[in-house]
Amino acid sequence: MSNSPVTVEQHGPELLHHFVDAEQQRDAATLGMWLFLGTEIMFFGGMFCAYLIYRFWYYNEFAAGSRSLDIWLGTINTAVLICSSLTVALGVRAAQMGKRKLLVILLLLTIVFGLAFLGIKGVEWYQKFEEHHIPGPSFNVDDLVKAYPQIHIDPRHEQIYFSLYFAMTGLHALHMIIGVGLFVFLTYYAWKGRYTPKYYTPVEMGGLYWHFVDVVWIYLFPLLYLIDRKPLR
Amino acid sequence: MSEHIMSSKLYYTIWIALLCLTVVTAAVSFVDLGRFNTVIALVIATVKALLVVLFFMHVKYTSEKLTKVVIVSAIFWLFLLLVLSMADYATRLLS
Amino acid sequence: MSTVAITAEREHYLNKEYGIRSWLLTTDHKRIALLYLISITFFFFVGGFFALLIRLELLTPAGDLVQADTYNKLFTMHGQVMIFFFVIPAVPAVLGNFLVPLMIGAKDLAFPRINLLSWYLYVIAGIIYVHCILTGGVDTGWTFYTPFSTAFSNTKVIEAGVAVFIIGFSSILTGLNFVVTIHRMRAPGMTWSRLPLFIWAHYATSVIQLLGTPVLAVTLLLVVFERAFNLGIFDPNRGGDPLLFQHLFWFYSHPAVYIMILPSMGVVSELIACFTRKRIFGYNFVAMSSIAIAVFGFLVWAHHMFVAGISLYSALVFSILSYLVAVPSAIKVFNWTATMYKGSISFTTPMLYALGFIGLFTMGGLTGLFLACLGIDVHVHDTYFVIAHFHYIMVGGAVMGYLGGMHFWWPKISGRMYPEGWGRLAALLVFVGFNLTFFPQFILGYLGMPRRYWQYPPEFQVLNVLSTAGSTILAVGYVLPMVYFLWSMRYGKIAEDNPWGAAGLEWKTSSPPPTFNFDEAPVVTWEAYNYEEIPAPAEVPVEQ
Repeated sequence: MSNSPVTVEQHGPELLHHFVDAEQQRDAATLGMWLFLGTEIMFFGGMFCAYLIYRFWYYNEFAAGSRSLDIWLGTINTAVLICSSLTVALGVRAAQMGKRKLLVILLLLTIVFGLAFLGIKGVEWYQKFEEHHIPGPSFNVDDLVKAYPQIHIDPRHEQIYFSLYFAMTGLHALHMIIGVGLFVFLTYYAWKGRYTPKYYTPVEMGGLYWHFVDVVWIYLFPLLYLIDRKPLR
Repeated sequence: MSEHIMSSKLYYTIWIALLCLTVVTAAVSFVDLGRFNTVIALVIATVKALLVVLFFMHVKYTSEKLTKVVIVSAIFWLFLLLVLSMADYATRLLS
Repeated sequence: MSTVAITAEREHYLNKEYGIRSWLLTTDHKRIALLYLISITFFFFVGGFFALLIRLELLTPAGDLVQADTYNKLFTMHGQVMIFFFVIPAVPAVLGNFLVPLMIGAKDLAFPRINLLSWYLYVIAGIIYVHCILTGGVDTGWTFYTPFSTAFSNTKVIEAGVAVFIIGFSSILTGLNFVVTIHRMRAPGMTWSRLPLFIWAHYATSVIQLLGTPVLAVTLLLVVFERAFNLGIFDPNRGGDPLLFQHLFWFYSHPAVYIMILPSMGVVSELIACFTRKRIFGYNFVAMSSIAIAVFGFLVWAHHMFVAGISLYSALVFSILSYLVAVPSAIKVFNWTATMYKGSISFTTPMLYALGFIGLFTMGGLTGLFLACLGIDVHVHDTYFVIAHFHYIMVGGAVMGYLGGMHFWWPKISGRMYPEGWGRLAALLVFVGFNLTFFPQFILGYLGMPRRYWQYPPEFQVLNVLSTAGSTILAVGYVLPMVYFLWSMRYGKIAEDNPWGAAGLEWKTSSPPPTFNFDEAPVVTWEAYNYEEIPAPAEVPVEQ
């Protein structure tokens, strides 16, 4: 390829010069994003491994800790994320069809849902703070020990549950914040008309990332909130 | 990535399914099914994840095999980590 | 031959733009490779400096050069700098970055800006780590074992952990770039079976980087949290399992050693083919063995934990798997040797490094099998036997592969020839110095000298003195190339497009290449290593 500008029919400013054509660029971006999501599976996976082992060892403490989480807020948050995945998917579709205004609305809705999720998470964390369930100097699970006299709760093991709870939901929340930030950029550029049926790759890639963060939560919810909600004998 | 434009109706259907499954998984957790509680919770989670991956992330409609290879490989690798670590933990007391 | 800068008349990637901004904001993979070259060379000397202090201390049995706590810092930082800041990035980030697009006929990597980002992540991590060194260092051993690192060490564990976390992402992004590039940007006609084995090796390496590094990242994150917030995830006093840390740590860190060796194996394939003027014997086997190493390498991590308290049954499983992982490496060694049979061999500097690699890597690999045997490992675990084993692979193997590759592709990178006589001398010094440094350590370990000890019984002194003497020779061997490479940039003989008469697309463009690599997009109609069609150079280029 000479150093002169590529003269391809669909060549717009978004075609980067080192690619042969727009299709190669889109295929590269897609593969790159999926590979990145693969690394994220391993990234969260390390924590899932720690969770798995300690859940086996300290089932009672994990169950008690799980019960102390607010199942209503957890379920609502799961629903919020599912709604956000819907708006993302509809948004990609709007971009495919060239519907700029609809795309912007859907992207904004996604951001709203994302912020709602973070807000609810903040409320949950604050609840944990008030209950002294945040690992650290003021950690105290006497309330759980008293609440479940029929099983033995070791506060040290309970602390492991909550450490993993905050580490896993914290890492997830960080990914949500990054996602919201990404979508702010996407919304701005969408509003500016940058995305057309011929070029909406960033929206698609942002969508893939957002869906992935949703899928992580889909697993975190039962693993953290639903360990043991059976009626106590 | 496929150029195939999905119908919004399909998206709404998946959305409803995901919400229903969420309610189900939360409700079932209150029923005493012994060890099956965990199994069911994970099965439902996997179904939800599959719905998101296959439909929202268009994996069902892509002609690109490599996408599926990447997803399966990553999940398989995670299982390697979990299973081989558990091989140690599960057999420690046998020694 | 003339040393007039004829190259100034022709535009290429080095003279296309001048000025610091054109380098710090470049997206040209070749310039980024040089940025990496500067940074990893810097850290090589930092790590080497720590090695020097270690060997100086070990000249005498008594702990008389530094205090014991300081010695702990020395071996920790030597290990972390060398592993994370030198050996892991060296071949992929310098040679890989430079050559992958050229070898497949592309204009650049798939994501040039992410490539630059990965270098900046390296630099940020480097600054943090240097700050860590200068403000007290870290003494946990390169392995960050808990609960010492999380609860008891008084050193800069968090800083070191954060630095390694960041450089992990540099590594992940490089791997991601390579995989996408190799899948999506091969020139027309460049099918998978026509790819140079260097590319197969980097592909396999990148897969390991993508799948393994994130686990290290999240593990270090947990260590940092544990230390910062006084958690108990790995604290046995609070029900935590230190072995959990080790499982998570070694899940990455064992495959990491394959990140370190595979790229150099790729280099060796190129060198052996060129300097025997033959297609690599068993191309398919060598290519597939790279993939096999990447996969099997993930199945063996607990062989670092045989005496740590894992169950005997899992130890058995990991021992068997550790034997299996040697097979693909052995396949490569056999194929390289078979390639040389009836080949037209020339003993240029790169070839000397390649031959050294084959011998020393084999020794390192075989001693790895000793360690895979549970009974032997109980005896030599945490002794100098282990240290000798991994230095044979990482230094005798990986670093020699890196140096061989630097010499081989230097004409392409710089447009200049290095002085061949000095090159061969340096290679010889490295080989002799290396063996003198590390062979005695096998014996020391077998006799029972533990690693990470700052003083030792007097009967071990002779071997330690030999080792330290060897390390000084090795050091000279490492400094020489730095000197003559720099010298050659001004005074070296101007290189032709293909001074070695080598196969490969990178040799079909000029030395140095233009910014977009090829004047015309290549179309490949030939098989890899088509040496029967390439005339040998009239004389092996030698500059006295």
